[in-house]
Amino acid sequence: MTRKTISIECLRYHPGTDAAPRYQNYEVPFTDDMSVLQGLQYIKDHLDGSLTFRWSCRMAICGSCGYMVNGVPQLGCQIFLRDYYPRGVRVEPLNHFPIVRDLVIDQSDFLKKLESIKPYLIPKTDPGKGTYLQTPQQMDEYYQYSQCINCLLCYAACPQYGLNPAFTGPAALALLHRYNADSRDAGKAQRMEIVNAEDGVWGCTLVGYCSEVCPKGVDPARAINQNKINSTKDYFQNFLMPWRK
Amino acid sequence: MKRSNKPIFWSLFGAGGMLSALAGPMLIFITGVAVPLGFLLPHETMSYDRMLAFAQNGFGKLALFVVIALFLFHGCHRMYHCLHDFGIHVGPGLKALFHGFAIAGTVAAAYLLAVIGSA
Amino acid sequence: MAQVKTYVRPMAGWWRKNPFYVWYMAREASCVFITLYALVVLTGLLRLYQGKSQFDAWRESLAGPLSIAFHSAALAFVLYHSWTWFKVMPKTLPFVRLGGRRVPDRLIVVSGVVATVLVSIALFWAVRP
Repeated sequence: MTRKTISIECLRYHPGTDAAPRYQNYEVPFTDDMSVLQGLQYIKDHLDGSLTFRWSCRMAICGSCGYMVNGVPQLGCQIFLRDYYPRGVRVEPLNHFPIVRDLVIDQSDFLKKLESIKPYLIPKTDPGKGTYLQTPQQMDEYYQYSQCINCLLCYAACPQYGLNPAFTGPAALALLHRYNADSRDAGKAQRMEIVNAEDGVWGCTLVGYCSEVCPKGVDPARAINQNKINSTKDYFQNFLMPWRK
Repeated sequence: MKRSNKPIFWSLFGAGGMLSALAGPMLIFITGVAVPLGFLLPHETMSYDRMLAFAQNGFGKLALFVVIALFLFHGCHRMYHCLHDFGIHVGPGLKALFHGFAIAGTVAAAYLLAVIGSA
Repeated sequence: MAQVKTYVRPMAGWWRKNPFYVWYMAREASCVFITLYALVVLTGLLRLYQGKSQFDAWRESLAGPLSIAFHSAALAFVLYHSWTWFKVMPKTLPFVRLGGRRVPDRLIVVSGVVATVLVSIALFWAVRP
């Protein structure tokens, strides 16, 4: 029985030898249960061992296998070759990040931004004794924002980040909101400086594509834009009542 | 990180956006399509006498002022951001130009509404 | 990462590469029509102040093909602005709860559209001579 084959075109770039990226085409035999990631693994195992890409869990929880697939940011393990047949699929590294090699991007800018938003619970000055208690409703306020797997699809989707890499960006701002919205946290004031900045929530023009591509339903567009109202309140409060913290 | 002044402009942008979303379509339809063509509404809907009475009326002044001012602030703020989206480098100069234009239009509207008199 | 020669891709023409971005740009483009319409109203106000003959001449120009074309295009863009404004509004609001349960986004969008229809009917009814 002859297996169907699909054309997978990959962006190739080697920093040591290439001045600019180029494309290389591979004919990959596939079955209906194969993900695009498995297609890349077939290439690496059988056709071209030099193809370089990140992957790990194969089940959309580690956030490693983000690529541009036919121009759309996707997790390779979550999409299937059968859905791109017979047209074929073009795989490129995530947009708006520098390319290190082939499909691997440099995420160091994101990691800096992640650290900058204080991604941890900042307790009240006197948290009292015992464990925290939280109602289901209190957890509902921040739960979806805690589902982020740092896959960077939202940064690849966000044109404002592409146009201005100083923008804090969707995932970092969503995580910032995750902590502000957690009833156990008392660090909102410490995070306001980032919220209020030009590259904080104000760098967002609500394109909304970030929430569209997020594989975990985090909805970073919502997290950011809710804080525009908070930032506005903070601005006028600071303006009208600067003595008030 | 420096605090952004965006909240001021964003609030005006938001107010204008809400007004234009709610009333924009019908206003444009009435004044720009229906009345000029006499379609569903007669030409005299916007006759000189009716419009003058409207502009001289307190409520009419408020309505005209709010539509002109908020539509301008909404439009100018978004146009400024559009330039950035197109990759054009925008700085404080262009920001002042766009928002200044909205302010100028607002002042012009206020002046005209003041001198046109009251009923 | 300092030693590796990474490649930075240019952003030129980014919005043409994905239909989602094209619709975003259409939404943003509505602002041009909104600004121009505000200037049309301002001009009408000026002509009104200048007197009957000037105002009537301005009214005549509104019936011209260029004006009708502009206002028809403006109407289309403003309708799209109105739809996208309410579609996006839930994202700017904190979670709204009624009786403990979260109000779904759909309801907020529908409320906005209904409000627009009601305001439109009220405006039409109010201007009728």
